[in-house]
Amino acid sequence: MTVESTAARTPRRSSTSGGKRASAKKAAPKKSTEPQLVQLLTPEGKRVKHAENAVYDSYVADITADDLRALYRDMVLTRRFDAEATSLQRQGELGLWASLLGQEAAQIGSGRATREDDYVFPTYREHGVAWCRGVDPTNLLGMFRGVNHGGWDPNTNNFHLYTIVIGSQTLHATGYAMGVAKDGADSAVIAYFGDGASSQGDVAEAFTFSAVYNAPVVFFCQNNQWAISEPTEKQTRVPLYQRAQGYGFPGVRVDGNDVLAVLAVTKWALERARTGEGPALIEAFTYRMGAHTTSDDPTKYRNDDEREAWEAKDPILRLRTYLESEGHADEGFFAELDAESEALGKRVREVVRAMPDPDLMAIFENAYADGHALVDEERAQFEAYQASFAEEGGK
Amino acid sequence: MGVQKLPLAKAINESLRKALDTDPKVLIMGEDVGKLGGVFRVTDGLQKDFGEDRVIDTPLAESGIVGTAIGLALRGYRPVVEIQFDGFVFPAYDQIVTQLAKMHARALGKIKMPVVIRIPYGGGIGAVEHHSESPEALFAHVAGLKVVSPSNSSDAYWMMQQAIQSDDPVIFFEPKRRYWDKSEVDTDAIPAPLHKARVAREGTDLTLAAYGPMVKVCLEAAAAAAEEGKSLEVVDLRSMSPMDFDAVQASVEKTRRLVVVHEAPVFLGTGAEIAARITERCFYHLEAPVLRVGGFHAPYPPARLEEEYLPGLDRVLDTVDRSLAY
Repeated sequence: MTVESTAARTPRRSSTSGGKRASAKKAAPKKSTEPQLVQLLTPEGKRVKHAENAVYDSYVADITADDLRALYRDMVLTRRFDAEATSLQRQGELGLWASLLGQEAAQIGSGRATREDDYVFPTYREHGVAWCRGVDPTNLLGMFRGVNHGGWDPNTNNFHLYTIVIGSQTLHATGYAMGVAKDGADSAVIAYFGDGASSQGDVAEAFTFSAVYNAPVVFFCQNNQWAISEPTEKQTRVPLYQRAQGYGFPGVRVDGNDVLAVLAVTKWALERARTGEGPALIEAFTYRMGAHTTSDDPTKYRNDDEREAWEAKDPILRLRTYLESEGHADEGFFAELDAESEALGKRVREVVRAMPDPDLMAIFENAYADGHALVDEERAQFEAYQASFAEEGGK
Repeated sequence: MGVQKLPLAKAINESLRKALDTDPKVLIMGEDVGKLGGVFRVTDGLQKDFGEDRVIDTPLAESGIVGTAIGLALRGYRPVVEIQFDGFVFPAYDQIVTQLAKMHARALGKIKMPVVIRIPYGGGIGAVEHHSESPEALFAHVAGLKVVSPSNSSDAYWMMQQAIQSDDPVIFFEPKRRYWDKSEVDTDAIPAPLHKARVAREGTDLTLAAYGPMVKVCLEAAAAAAEEGKSLEVVDLRSMSPMDFDAVQASVEKTRRLVVVHEAPVFLGTGAEIAARITERCFYHLEAPVLRVGGFHAPYPPARLEEEYLPGLDRVLDTVDRSLAY
């Protein structure tokens, strides 16, 4: 079964493409109002196998109970970390926070699909992916606290810095992937972006370049339905995964709240990339349960019904139900995880509060790799200015 | 190669060839840089000799060119990208300013961005709109970027070598109307540092500071002034960021007068920065305010008017006279 046929068989239906075309399709397989998704675990926590998902199913066919518990643990701890960061922002310890609440499955599923030698280009909400890559979560908080613009070495975990200008990193990922191909390496690259970023020219250019050069890059769009206050309808008139077709590579829409399906689809796409089959687009259909960042107020632009409907599809609850129903996890496991969660929260709190302000002279550090006369001059001036306070017996 | 007389474009071509030959991580990227050799033929023959993997024809998307070059640099490559013309760089301006310039600082120095962006710039070739602009100040204003412009073949050759070897992003402005001017290149020479200015002509009465295409105009102005008994010194700045203010200062302390000449609009341009800094540094040496000659605060005009828009001999000499009259 080819990928193209998978995409082609997925009904093109979204709230904007309208009922006419969708309802005219005779073979619409579901009566649900939702767009057809690759799904392996239902919101009720039931493992499902559709014929048309068989290709993806094979990527998680050998998954063990240990693996499932590990995915659950990742999602729970990521949510706990996120909640702590949100609280810290409310307490004034962070200037801003971009919560991932609701998107744990999209991030953990895709993050766990990556191999150590793959390279990840995130936007600014990929805390769960960072977790999977082994980045200490407290390192993510420096930029939100205002002590740096990214507190980790991207090459330590092959996890690039957060990118705030939306969509820019999709081109970096594409270029990096072009380099991977030139090196003859068999690793892959994955670029994260959102439904809002899909409107950016850079994302379109990344699609073009990756297709033209057959770059081993997977574009992972977390369609969380809202770009700050703008719904997906304001970004696109066709389901996002269908964009890929126009560029000449496959696009798949996956249930972004189903960690198993996300894991499977991402593994599939990464493997394609590694074996020289080029880019793919994954649209993880999910929902941002909180605000875009702690600065906005979702009650102004969306209603409670919508949130409640998505709450019923919670990625963590459904895996828990599945684990319990299959007897894969006992009370002891959950209790231990609760304790681990609390410990993580405590550590995050302590580390953030202890984060030192950067040295004043840091302003001038790393502006250039090879130095710059003007920076040297201004640094000397500022140093002298600072020293003048000490001479006055000030500070 | 030794010493050869080469057109400026050919000097860059030879420099790129040497870089491709020496370092397998160097890549050339851009629109039409392959078979065609670039619209100015600066990359002529390079794809033939180094292959499509090293000399890469790209889709027509400037942001894509720079954005993927950033990714390639992250992977350890040293991309040299060509923006076809000055006015076409703006689709890539976001990638250059928000990403390329800041990547090293954002990563606390852990990653480097050895990307060179070549931009044929400036007027004087009778081109249509967006093909004749001088946007160097817009780049020099951005911390994280280095901005240079050669005025002759030797500098073109050596500065390109140095730009490619730099671990910082370098915006390399090529004076397109000088592409066909020939001058000597010594490929065995020991070049001056990339960001050092050069005294192109010694003089005692007034300093003309310029870079790129305007150096030639200033040298001609100095020759014309010499016939009237005026001794003008010409400083070729070579680099806009960092700028070698020490060299300008040394010259002004000798001549006590400074006129800055560039094609770009005068308002908030590189000349404004030089005027401010030199006034601060040389206040008691100056016999006249620092004066500027350059473009107007107007869109670059249609080609039939560009000779009036661009600083020529007369406008430079007229400003020299104004300075000397103080």
